[in-house]
Amino acid sequence: MIDVNEKKFYKVDDIVKKHGFKKMNLIAILQEIQGEYRYLPEEIMTYVATVMNLPLSHIFGVATFYSQFSLEPKGKYEIKICDGTACHVRGSEPIIKAVRNKLNLTKDKKTTDDLLFSLETVSCLGACGLAPVVVINDKVYPQMTPEKISKVIDDLKSLKKE
Amino acid sequence: MDKKACDKILYIDDKPFAIGNEKNLLEVIRNAGYDLPTFCYRSDLSVYGACRMCVVEIEGRGVQASCTVPPEPGMKVTINTEKTRRIRRMVIKLLLANHSKDCTTCSKSGECDLQEAASRLGITDIPFECEEKKHPLDTGNPAVIRDPNKCILCGACVRTCREIQGKSVLDFVYRGSNTIVSPAFKKNLDEVNCTFCGQCVAVCPTGALRIRSELDNFWKMVLDKNKKVVVQVAPAVRVAFGEAFGIKPGKNLIGMITAALRKVGVDKVFDTTFAADLTIMEEATEFVNMLKSKKDFPLLTSCCPAWVRHVEQKYPQFISHLSTCRSPQQMFGAVAKELLSKEYGIRREEICVVSVMPCTAKKSEARRKEFSVNSDPDVDVVLTTQELIKMVKAGNINFSALEPQEMDSPFGVFSGAGVIFGASGGVAEAALRTAYKLVTGEALGEIEIKPLRGLKSFKEFAVNIKGEVISVAVVNTLSQASKLLEDIAAHKVHYHLVEVMACPGGCIAGAGQPYSIDRMAIREGRLKGLYQDDVDSRIRVSYENEEVQKLYDKWLQNPNSEIAHQFLHTHYHNRKRITGEDIGLFRKGSEVLPKTTVCVCVGTSCYVHGSYDFIEAIMAKIRAEGLEDAVMVKATFCLQQCGHGPNIKIDDQIISHATVDRVSEIFDRYIRVKYKK
Repeated sequence: MIDVNEKKFYKVDDIVKKHGFKKMNLIAILQEIQGEYRYLPEEIMTYVATVMNLPLSHIFGVATFYSQFSLEPKGKYEIKICDGTACHVRGSEPIIKAVRNKLNLTKDKKTTDDLLFSLETVSCLGACGLAPVVVINDKVYPQMTPEKISKVIDDLKSLKKE
Repeated sequence: MDKKACDKILYIDDKPFAIGNEKNLLEVIRNAGYDLPTFCYRSDLSVYGACRMCVVEIEGRGVQASCTVPPEPGMKVTINTEKTRRIRRMVIKLLLANHSKDCTTCSKSGECDLQEAASRLGITDIPFECEEKKHPLDTGNPAVIRDPNKCILCGACVRTCREIQGKSVLDFVYRGSNTIVSPAFKKNLDEVNCTFCGQCVAVCPTGALRIRSELDNFWKMVLDKNKKVVVQVAPAVRVAFGEAFGIKPGKNLIGMITAALRKVGVDKVFDTTFAADLTIMEEATEFVNMLKSKKDFPLLTSCCPAWVRHVEQKYPQFISHLSTCRSPQQMFGAVAKELLSKEYGIRREEICVVSVMPCTAKKSEARRKEFSVNSDPDVDVVLTTQELIKMVKAGNINFSALEPQEMDSPFGVFSGAGVIFGASGGVAEAALRTAYKLVTGEALGEIEIKPLRGLKSFKEFAVNIKGEVISVAVVNTLSQASKLLEDIAAHKVHYHLVEVMACPGGCIAGAGQPYSIDRMAIREGRLKGLYQDDVDSRIRVSYENEEVQKLYDKWLQNPNSEIAHQFLHTHYHNRKRITGEDIGLFRKGSEVLPKTTVCVCVGTSCYVHGSYDFIEAIMAKIRAEGLEDAVMVKATFCLQQCGHGPNIKIDDQIISHATVDRVSEIFDRYIRVKYKK
């Protein structure tokens, strides 16, 4: 059984209702649900299919088509490391490696077990002048190095403890 | 040529051809005598234009996929050009680069459109590095095997499931080079709302969707000296079997099939058609009793297992309307095992009942728990027409040299009414022939009910039986069936009897029948063959089948008698549409109080009856009573009591009709009592 707290479950229903159960709003609905849960839980998608009277395969098709949707829980801190051309030549790869090592992540394991951090690489954040760039949640960290990102992560970890 | 006719002409390779009523260029080209290959195009599905095999050059418009182009007068089309040839060859090479290379051991080998196209276009090498991603096979069900490694993403199955059956079990998932066709969450077919109708298999151009073969099991039984192997052959099989041997669709080959089965060592060959007559006696009686008691109509037929499964999954409120009669396959199994074991003086398990069916869903039906006695199934092996063809070939039989033989008695005797069970409309027609007699004591004047015949997906008919007008609806395909049920539920229409078959046109177009891309013409042929067989039959109404009568006289007493119910009837149950976990709403730990779990169903049926409001209300109540530490509330999907929704489950007890106004009562009765001081 997944643990979904009550408030969020009510939210799901509000979201679907707000969009008038309309098929054309499916992407917006999924986006808002992901906003609540930080990913799209299977059970919630089943629920959405049920109340919207849509085939579940269809919702799953949409959820897997767009890379913005995640079927696995994402971390509280979503680390996005830019690996576009500019960042790549400025050394984004060592940063990716450093983060994976530090957080025990791999190419396939994208979220830490404590659900605190998740890592994804993106192709361009449009901030090439600041390369290599990392974005965590909505905060931009310019001109990163493996050492600097390690410190950022440590700071975020200690934030949690407080 | 007058002007009007000129308007409807286009040019293919410089020769004029009439456009006629065709909606796309490909059909015009095919009418003109070209055999342009396609993977994704099916005349009865929406146009998808994915495979690019039907490309042609159109003057002024360049290269186009002809299936997607509406034909226009004056259009100048060239079929074979340097460019189109290169494109077709490239399509095949690219598809093969990502395709399984095990053609020799693939069950579709010899009938695979990809294999044929590659050979036709002379593809001998693939210049690309082959990428072999290994996807797991879906083998979790008795009917269909899904092998994404052989999928070419033509989407024919996706469109069939959506447009013909209205189920959308399959869809494209993921993106780009990772795209596959799969049920939701990459679950297996048995974990979702698949009915195993197999129509996806019937349109798959490769071996990506294939029938689960039971031939190994069949041979094991036949070669086992301690087993008596008894075969039943369904009506629709006989008019399609010959297609594999170059014989026209519709030719009745039951005599040769019987001979072939005997030749490989089967002990008895019987006819499912006999059981169809038995089904009619039971079902017509059930119907007449409903007429007498003025019970809630309609009566829904229950011969088609895909349809039955569909009702169980999606329309639980109609389960009580399904005829309790088992399908002919299962009636035969139950009767044969019971009577033949006595006749031979052997144990039930030593009789092996094999059925030959046009259908994949029958494989799944035979595995239903209700249809076995002490875990010995009434039907042991279900072969499709396709498997029977393979059996004949593997049995080293020269089919065309066989002399037709008669079936064994007593279960080889049948009426024409039983034969037409294989066509959409046939069951209703057969039932009316007998029901009329049962009520009036007279034979139906016009025995052939033409309005119920043909490939149309919806047909209706009304007959006056002793002053009462009885209305009958016949639908095929599950999308049509769903539409009809919804209209009935909304009281828009009213019928006394509704016949449903899941396959387009009925069992003649079942997924177990020989594979063909030219489906409409073949269905017409098979249909004609069945109705001709009815005309040629010595008896044409089920109540005149003397062997069926003897069965009642000697054993079953009367239709719908207690003993008939034991052997020939069954019951149905709600079925979960998807496997999955519950959604936990609150569960705080508490060491002090005993725990209670409240599961509220939010499946479709309960949701529309207000289960969501119940969740809100019960949680408010629990909070107000200060018990949120003790009571865990979950939202769940389907407690399989859909007809009585909204349903909830408190610990192990299911409570139906749990509406909002009952919250306090339910709370007091099931929850508060546990926490009284």
